[in-house]
Amino acid sequence: MTHNNQATVHAPVHRDDVGSKMGMWLFLFTELLLFGGMFLIYAVYRFQFPDQFKVAAMELNVTVGALNTVILLTSSLTVALAIGAIQKKNKFLSIIFLAVTIVFALAFMINKFFEWSAKIEHGIYPGSEYLLGKSNGEILFYGLYYVMTGLHGLHVIIGVVILSVILVMIMKGSINHENYIKLENSGLYWHLVDLIWIFLFPLFYLLQ
Amino acid sequence: MANGNSAAITAKSFYEEGTTKAATGIRSWIFSTDHKRIGILYLISIAAFFFVGLIVGILMRLELIAPGQTIVDAQTYNQLFTLHGVIMIFLFIIPGIPAVFGNFFLPIQLGAQDVAFPRLNLLSWWVYIIGATLALISIVLPGGPMDTGWTFYIPYAVRTGTNVSLAIFAAFILGFSSMLTGLNFVTTVHRMRAPGMGWFKMPLFIWSTYATAWIQIIATPVVAITILLVIIERYFGVGIFDPALGGDPILYQHLFWIYSHPAVYIMILPAMGVVSEIIPTFSRRTIFGYKAVAMSSLAIAFVGYLVWAHHMFTSGMSETAQWIFSLLTYLVALPSGVKVFNWVATMYKGSIDPKPPFLWVMAFIFLFSIGGLTGLVLGSLATDIHLHDTYFVVAHFHYTMFGGTGTIFFAALFYWFPKMFGRMYNIKLASLSAGLFFIAFNTLYFPKFIMGYIGMPRRYFDYLPEFASLQVVSTIGSWLMLITVVLIFGNLIYSAFKGKRASMNPWGGVTLEWHISTPPPLHNFHEIPTVKHEPYDFSQLKELEHDS
Amino acid sequence: MSESKHHITGYGTYVLVWLGLLALTSLTVTVAGIDLGNFTLFVALTIAAIKSALVINIFMHIKFDEPIFKFFLLVSGATLFVIFALTFVDYSFR
Repeated sequence: MTHNNQATVHAPVHRDDVGSKMGMWLFLFTELLLFGGMFLIYAVYRFQFPDQFKVAAMELNVTVGALNTVILLTSSLTVALAIGAIQKKNKFLSIIFLAVTIVFALAFMINKFFEWSAKIEHGIYPGSEYLLGKSNGEILFYGLYYVMTGLHGLHVIIGVVILSVILVMIMKGSINHENYIKLENSGLYWHLVDLIWIFLFPLFYLLQ
Repeated sequence: MANGNSAAITAKSFYEEGTTKAATGIRSWIFSTDHKRIGILYLISIAAFFFVGLIVGILMRLELIAPGQTIVDAQTYNQLFTLHGVIMIFLFIIPGIPAVFGNFFLPIQLGAQDVAFPRLNLLSWWVYIIGATLALISIVLPGGPMDTGWTFYIPYAVRTGTNVSLAIFAAFILGFSSMLTGLNFVTTVHRMRAPGMGWFKMPLFIWSTYATAWIQIIATPVVAITILLVIIERYFGVGIFDPALGGDPILYQHLFWIYSHPAVYIMILPAMGVVSEIIPTFSRRTIFGYKAVAMSSLAIAFVGYLVWAHHMFTSGMSETAQWIFSLLTYLVALPSGVKVFNWVATMYKGSIDPKPPFLWVMAFIFLFSIGGLTGLVLGSLATDIHLHDTYFVVAHFHYTMFGGTGTIFFAALFYWFPKMFGRMYNIKLASLSAGLFFIAFNTLYFPKFIMGYIGMPRRYFDYLPEFASLQVVSTIGSWLMLITVVLIFGNLIYSAFKGKRASMNPWGGVTLEWHISTPPPLHNFHEIPTVKHEPYDFSQLKELEHDS
Repeated sequence: MSESKHHITGYGTYVLVWLGLLALTSLTVTVAGIDLGNFTLFVALTIAAIKSALVINIFMHIKFDEPIFKFFLLVSGATLFVIFALTFVDYSFR
């Protein structure tokens, strides 16, 4: 632990990167518990309706899900590389990697958009006549599917906004090889978005 | 330790010097990142909401003064008890002690100049205000205030036509404020301790606030998602909580109490921390069993996670779950007992100085013990089946929450008021109000134990004639309580402007806040102190007196 | 940096981890095609757990950061576990 021994009255603000990162991790735990609550609901209903969950999952497209997994994993790699690049004082490379991350994030959302629209076209959405004719387990599966992937998608969108702001800050030089904690923290956030998806993917798409 | 700070006596206080461009006026407050100003902002807003909640409570008691309809109809009564619960729980008692006194004194007691994230701290207050405003808007919008009770149980919360969505969205926002404050405090305690301030040299108020902050971080998100799902259910009908579509209302209750039971410890733990500050100061003795008291805070925070379903014994859980949760509930009594016994042991052979803060703490120990012991009655499966949803439960949680946290909110106010405002209140009036509070409290709530035991259900606006006399006693108690609260705040508000100047250390305390000038300077310490003493080592007092 | 010793992970390590994650993804998709009965969920979750361990340790750098972060992670993980276990005390005995 470092301490600020020689602080004077006129310089109260000192930078504590470990402290910032600690704050970020604590925030990530709130996100973890937020999704944890959803996963608990999923677990309870899957426990109560195991067979109906499998029937419902048949409708989901494994290829689309797998593609999105690859996209998110790769974006996780590029954001890690962006941090590595700035640590090695390579601003240009860092900007490229971060821009690629944002492109991947957008690709994920576009993919998701087509996936949802296809479902909605088939009449599968909360409260639809088609879905209400199905068994309770299937209704719950799709209720959870929309809420959980929707909430995850919302996090992707927030991630895009945050990463874009960070990108501008790197370009302007306010984030540089000496002070890149903001990039690291938004990287942590982005990895969390990836982590959630790592669990969502098998739980919704791989139930054959 | 106080070397270098003696110059502070002539220095400007945080009232005279701020962090904003505006030197005076409202903007120097609502945009200030100074933890002390934010603490006072919270104090003013929380006290205001406490008054609103109190008035609503008085109206409820007035309705219950006689059987049948007295001043409001049944639907309005439902809305009143919901309002009373939501305001008191989410706007007063959960943020109460951590946001006001935690903000003001946690950095000072650690020997820090501010919290780890001062701007986030200001944001938390703004988020609190936004949430509170939304809650107030939901009262006046067409559709009317919600009538679900503060627990928002489904399916009713999904089906009622009142403004549930906006009100629980407000609770969602308030949850954010709570999480951000928790995150800020945990980081502050880990990163900002003064040199020499090891973990086991921290004052006990910090230990309990630290444990509380963890609950705020880990538990609040669960209720946030639950609340969000209720809103989604209301708008989209996804079925997750709708029994008609296969959803399970009991699962909602699980998720709600997974947060809301630990939230009970968010309310009470900081209060216990304040007690652990006040008792040594007014007994002139170091706390008995420092480590046990510190660790019992963490133990309470942990055990608090294991017992939530004791709120649901009559909801239709499996029988196995019922007895397991009943068994686990008894565990809470252990760390709570550790605290109470250590407090009493601290007073033993101490030279007790019965100043108002100490008198409030005495009231607390008495009221909270009744609350805790009746908690065992409710935690036992067999007796709970009889007492569930009766006035017995209402009495029990008012003894723990109001008699516990509420009493200590006043105790903390009387303890730290001179340091916060630099002026002293009328001691005689403060002692009198402590006594009056004790009488008012028991008149108001004790009859509810009896009524509950003989079968008066909670949340009813009407009752059988056999309860009439006890209801009248309780209502008279509510008037006494109103008088007491007016006395307390009258005394304090008058003294904040006209009271005598307070000295640096009016009570003879030894934690770091008593080492600095009154009111504290903007950055608390001119030089970050080096801590050499144990937190409650009263041999420092001579040094301190020498300095001032 | 206030802490001067800052561990810098090489590009190579990141790429290797990424390849490992992709391999695990294809594995979990393949295994899902085989009927393992009750073990399907177990296998899928184990693979997901390995993947997240990789992400947390290397990408999120927790392996090289302050040890207290690991402890924090443990606290939140344990909390989640307790919540799941106690909720299922109800549902498995209905």
